[in-house]
Amino acid sequence: MNHLKAVNRKAARVERATDQDVVALQRTGLPQMPHFPIGCSLVFSPGWEADRAGGTAGLCQPVERDLFDCHIGCYWPAQVPDQLNHAPDWTSKCAAAQKDWRKIDLIFP
Amino acid sequence: MAWAAREHHRFQAAGKPFVYLVPSAAIFELDESADAVLRTVAMGPRTRDELTSALGDIDAALAELTRVQAIGEVSAPPAPTPKIIPLAPFPLTTMVLNVTNQCNLSCTYCYEYGEDKIVDTENGKQPKFMSDETARASVEFMLKESGTNQVAHITFFGGETLLNFPVLARTIAYARQRGEELGKTIDFSLTTNATLLKPEIIEFLADNRVGVTISIDGPREVQDKFRVFHNGTGSYDVVAPKIKELLKRHTSRPIGARVTLTSGKMDIKRIYQHLTEEMGFWEVGFAPVTTSPTRGHAISDTGYDEMLGQFRDLAYDFLEASVANRHHGFSNVKETLEELHKGVSKAFPCGAGLGLLGVATDGDVALCHRFAGSDAHKLGTVADGIDRGAQRAFLESHHIANKTDCSTCWARPLCSGGCYHEAHTRYGETIRPNLHYCDWIRGWTDVCLQIYGELAVRNPAFLAQFDDEPAKEPVS
Repeated sequence: MNHLKAVNRKAARVERATDQDVVALQRTGLPQMPHFPIGCSLVFSPGWEADRAGGTAGLCQPVERDLFDCHIGCYWPAQVPDQLNHAPDWTSKCAAAQKDWRKIDLIFP
Repeated sequence: MAWAAREHHRFQAAGKPFVYLVPSAAIFELDESADAVLRTVAMGPRTRDELTSALGDIDAALAELTRVQAIGEVSAPPAPTPKIIPLAPFPLTTMVLNVTNQCNLSCTYCYEYGEDKIVDTENGKQPKFMSDETARASVEFMLKESGTNQVAHITFFGGETLLNFPVLARTIAYARQRGEELGKTIDFSLTTNATLLKPEIIEFLADNRVGVTISIDGPREVQDKFRVFHNGTGSYDVVAPKIKELLKRHTSRPIGARVTLTSGKMDIKRIYQHLTEEMGFWEVGFAPVTTSPTRGHAISDTGYDEMLGQFRDLAYDFLEASVANRHHGFSNVKETLEELHKGVSKAFPCGAGLGLLGVATDGDVALCHRFAGSDAHKLGTVADGIDRGAQRAFLESHHIANKTDCSTCWARPLCSGGCYHEAHTRYGETIRPNLHYCDWIRGWTDVCLQIYGELAVRNPAFLAQFDDEPAKEPVS
C-alpha cells in the first residue's frame, strides 16, 4: 500500500489478510470487490428489489436466477446440487436463465 | 455509488495523521491524499466523482481505505461483528487466591470492607483465613484448569495478604513442587499494604521471586487521608521504612506501587515523583476509586477531567523518556501502549471469568478476586471445578455485542464496557457498561494513541518490546 502505512501489529495483519483476498468474479476498476449475487438468502437480498448498489437491472428475474448465483457465481452447495462432484452438467442446457430456466432439472442424489 | 466512513478515530502525532480503526483496532498512518479522502467522507457520503473534483486523483487512496475498511459503500453497510463465545474449557492463566478477607487497615474507600462491600466479611459464611487444604486444592485446580499452558500465574490477595503469610509460604512451596512434577512453571505475585513486611518476609519474597505490588496512595498527607488503621491513625510512617527495606533487598523482580485516586485535590505528578524518585518504586499504576457516586471520596465528572489532564502530562513525560530510551514507570500508559501495539479488540473488558478467576477463603471460585465469596458471582469451587453452565451464561450475557451503549463508541476495542465490579458497585449490575467514565476512557485512549503514534515515528524500537510479550493482567 502506498497511501496507508501499517503501524501496529493488527494493521500489518489486516494488510496481509487483504493482500491475498479471494475475490470472486472480480469486477473491473477500483476498488476491487467480491461479486455479490443478485439474489442471495445469505445476504438477505431476495433479488427482486434494488441491489446493494441501488441498481435495478436485476429486477423481475425468475427465481431460478437465484439458483444460478449459488451454483456458479458464489458456490454454496447447501442450496444447489453439488456441481463439483455429482452434478457437473446441471445447468448445461440452460444458457440464459431468463429464457431457459425450464431446462434446469431436478437432481436426485 | 457513494462512499462513507466506517467506524474510526483519527488522530495526529508527530505532525502526521493516523487512523485507529474500529473494531479491528488496526492503526495506519495516512498520507495527504488518504487523509483528505477520509476527512471528507467522514463529513458525509460522497461519490467518486465528488471526491475527484474536490481532491484530484484519489482512486488509489480510495481503494486502500476501502481495503482496510476505513471507508465503505453506503449501500453495503458492514455486517455486525459476530458474537463469538470462547470455547470451553478456556485455559486459566491467572488465579487470584484471597488467602484472607481480614485487614489490619480500615481504608475508608475499600471495596471489600467499606460501605460498598459485596460480601459480609465479618459475619458471613466464609472463614476469615484460607486453610492449607483449601490453598492446596486451589493449586491443583489451577494446574488442571491451566490446560496446555506452560506457565500459570498465582496471585495472592486479601484482605491484607500477609496476615496469612504462613499459608502463603507453604502454598508457594507446594505449588512449586507440583509444578515441577507436571513440568509447568508457576509465577507468583501478591498485593500488600506493606504494614506487615519484616526482614524474614522480605527475604522469603526475594528468594522466591514473588512479584510484589504495594497499595500506597502517595506522600504522607495523601496516604494518611484514607489509608488508616482501625483507630484512625495514618499508615504512612509505618509503611515507608518497610517499603524502602523491601526495595533495597528484593531486586529479583521490579516492584510496583498501586495508587487509588479519590475526590479532592489530585496531584498525580507529585505522587508519581514521590513514589519513584523518593521511595524507589520501579513502576506506579493509578486507578480511580471504585465506589457508588454518593460517597464523599467518589470522583466527580470534573474530577475525571482533571485526572485526564494530569494523566496526559505524565504520559508526555513517559513519551520523552521513552524517546530517549530512559525508563519511565507510569504503568497505565505502558499497559495501554502494549494493547494498542498488539491491536487488541476485546469482546470482554477483562479476563475475569475466562483466563482469570478469583478464589475465596472457603474455596469458592468467583469471577475475580473482587467478587470472591459472593454467591451471586460464583463460578464453581476449587474442589468441583468450574461450573461451565454458569461460566457460559456469564460470557453470553456480558459480551460486548450485548452492550448497545458501546456499539457506536470508537474506544470499545480497548474498553469493552469497563470493569464488572465497578459496574456492580455503581449500577448494581455487572452487565452494565460504565457510562460514568466514557469521556475519560475516550480521552485517555486518545492520549495513548498520540503517544503511540509519536513513538512509532520517533522511536519504533521502543514498541518492539511489546512484540512477543504474553499478555498479563494487572490485578487491583
